[in-house]
Amino acid sequence: MSITTRVKKVLTGNHATAYAVMQARVDVIPAYPITPQTTIVEKLDEFIENGLLDASMIRVESEHSAMAAAIGASAAGARTYTATSSHGLLYMYENLWWAANARLPIVATFVTRAIGPPWNIWSDHQDIFTLRDAGWILFMAKNAQEAYDLTIQAFKIAENPNIRLPVGIGYDGFYISHTSEPVEMLAQDEVDGFLPDKSNIKPLLDPENPFTIGNLPDAKFNYLIRRNMWASIEESLEYIKKVGYEYYLLTGRNYGSLVDAYKCDDAETIFVSIGAMANEGIVAVDRLRNKGDRVGHLNIRLLRPYPEDEIIDTISNAERIIVFSRAISMGKGGILFTDLVDSIYRHRLDIDVYDVVVGLAGVEVVDNDFIKLYNDVKDGIFDKRETIFLMGGRYV
Amino acid sequence: MSKPRLVSQLGENEYYLPGHAACHGCGASIGLRHLLKAIGPNSILAVPAGCTSIIAGKANLSTFAIPFIHTAFGSAAAVASGIVEALERMGRKDVNVVVWAGDGGTYDIGFASLSGAAERGHNILYVLDDNEAYMNTGIQRSGATPKGAWTTTTIKGKKESKKNIIDIMLAHNIPYIATASVAYPMDFHRKVKKALSIKGFKFIHLMSPCPPGWRFDMHLTVEVARKAVLSGVWILMEIENGRLTLNPPSNTMLEKRRLPIEEYVKMQGRFRFLKGELLEEFKRDVENNWERVRKILEEQGSLKK
Repeated sequence: MSITTRVKKVLTGNHATAYAVMQARVDVIPAYPITPQTTIVEKLDEFIENGLLDASMIRVESEHSAMAAAIGASAAGARTYTATSSHGLLYMYENLWWAANARLPIVATFVTRAIGPPWNIWSDHQDIFTLRDAGWILFMAKNAQEAYDLTIQAFKIAENPNIRLPVGIGYDGFYISHTSEPVEMLAQDEVDGFLPDKSNIKPLLDPENPFTIGNLPDAKFNYLIRRNMWASIEESLEYIKKVGYEYYLLTGRNYGSLVDAYKCDDAETIFVSIGAMANEGIVAVDRLRNKGDRVGHLNIRLLRPYPEDEIIDTISNAERIIVFSRAISMGKGGILFTDLVDSIYRHRLDIDVYDVVVGLAGVEVVDNDFIKLYNDVKDGIFDKRETIFLMGGRYV
Repeated sequence: MSKPRLVSQLGENEYYLPGHAACHGCGASIGLRHLLKAIGPNSILAVPAGCTSIIAGKANLSTFAIPFIHTAFGSAAAVASGIVEALERMGRKDVNVVVWAGDGGTYDIGFASLSGAAERGHNILYVLDDNEAYMNTGIQRSGATPKGAWTTTTIKGKKESKKNIIDIMLAHNIPYIATASVAYPMDFHRKVKKALSIKGFKFIHLMSPCPPGWRFDMHLTVEVARKAVLSGVWILMEIENGRLTLNPPSNTMLEKRRLPIEEYVKMQGRFRFLKGELLEEFKRDVENNWERVRKILEEQGSLKK
């Protein structure tokens, strides 16, 4: 039955997402199964069959077609949602870029999972980082509550007529997708009041106003299309912040800032990580603080657009930063690290930054990993220029 | 108004506008003009990569006076599925959703999305614009290229036969399948109208000759298309709920009252290798198509034993 008052339920990240999508009253859900995303669309299918959600599920024959159908539905003006993981994300890759370049306000969940071969269904962030440059607005949730909250916010952000970009919410496969936690859900009328009216989505395909989407431009015209996309995604930062603040006023939850900083104000050392492992980083901060060490944790919850100003504000007084990436740019380094050092250079900050690659292929990342790095960095055993590989508590 | 009998009676409204970027003598261009006259303005067209990606003209102008979406190469049928469902959610059930896709976008890279949309029974009219190779990228062979035809990737003639897409679509149990030719616009128009009157997935296979790809002079497009039909290489038919009907003039040609196949072949430079045994194999492929048609007609009791 529909959720008439605020309710707290014990939900997996995937089911929390499905509830948010239901409450957002989406119209069209093209979907194709892949572990660990599948239980989102299974749950949505159940909502539709039980009459809780008045939407069309298109059970497509591939992820490539899932995103293609999402493009068609969104271009026709429908509120559109899909979800995928890993090879599914890579299989829909061409159409993910297509959706962004066509400025379609699609919302998608990317339940992160390693890329094969070998086959591996456990979480790392390699899949979602392939979308880093595509023009998607990308969040990374650290628990089921954030998966729910960010999904609700995503529709509002995507559908803003000045933004009109697809929004993706990532979270770790199994660690978040299949682990149950208490999740507070909004009442349906609160969600209805928070989200814009669906009729605000301007259809691009409208017989009353015929329009051709995607004709060949000349190069400069095309350059400006890309340039305007940059302007929109840059400007979206302010709106994402505004939506987060409204959501904070509604729920009291931590969306007042674009970054999710924990005890960073006086920190000499700041850990940076995202997703499920951020929770371990926060535990490590508390353990180290108990010993009197001035440590903080920065969770870069918004991957794109990169909230550079807030990040710089958070880290500018730190002496050292240890960046934990669960995805690597082969031949370059941890992807969160390369993002961050770029911003540090642009702001000419003099901070030591350490590049740590952890958790690839689903190897567990725990609080002790953060503490080990903290101690070893302080002991000066690392060259700042190296990429450090820490696997299950040992360097490899 | 009575049924139109002449092209001039198809209506003066043009939805395929002057200024398009098709080659001179383009068969697809003839097909698009007549398709759009038949579907009218209350329609949405989804088109994958192919010649029509260019034909549509230069942004921010357009050749098309109806809503038109370019799609990734393998995606047209799936995009159309999304449009159909969105329109349904928004209470717009009166809009025709039409795919116009080339042979590469249908037989090859678009095959999975075509099959998926057909299997789901989405209310789509899918028009296969078949010029028998990847013409837009410069004449490479596709699954639709006939045996013996020269392309830039079959420089001594294609060794394999053309894939039988009609049988494949028949196996999807869709309510309406038809073939058509740009040389027979009234037949094409009638088939488009009929397809739009039927709910579900409909498939029309339009043969549209390509002067640069098939190597004939640009003024001969309609003549080449007509010779294809009169020689029996191209069979005009429709299959409604599994029941096959031959259409004029193919309906008189089951008993081999056809022009010699050479009449069709010799008009085209792409068939310069089609001699001797290869030509015999080409003829056998044509004969096999007719035998397949005869078998279906016999099975459904349309032929006197």
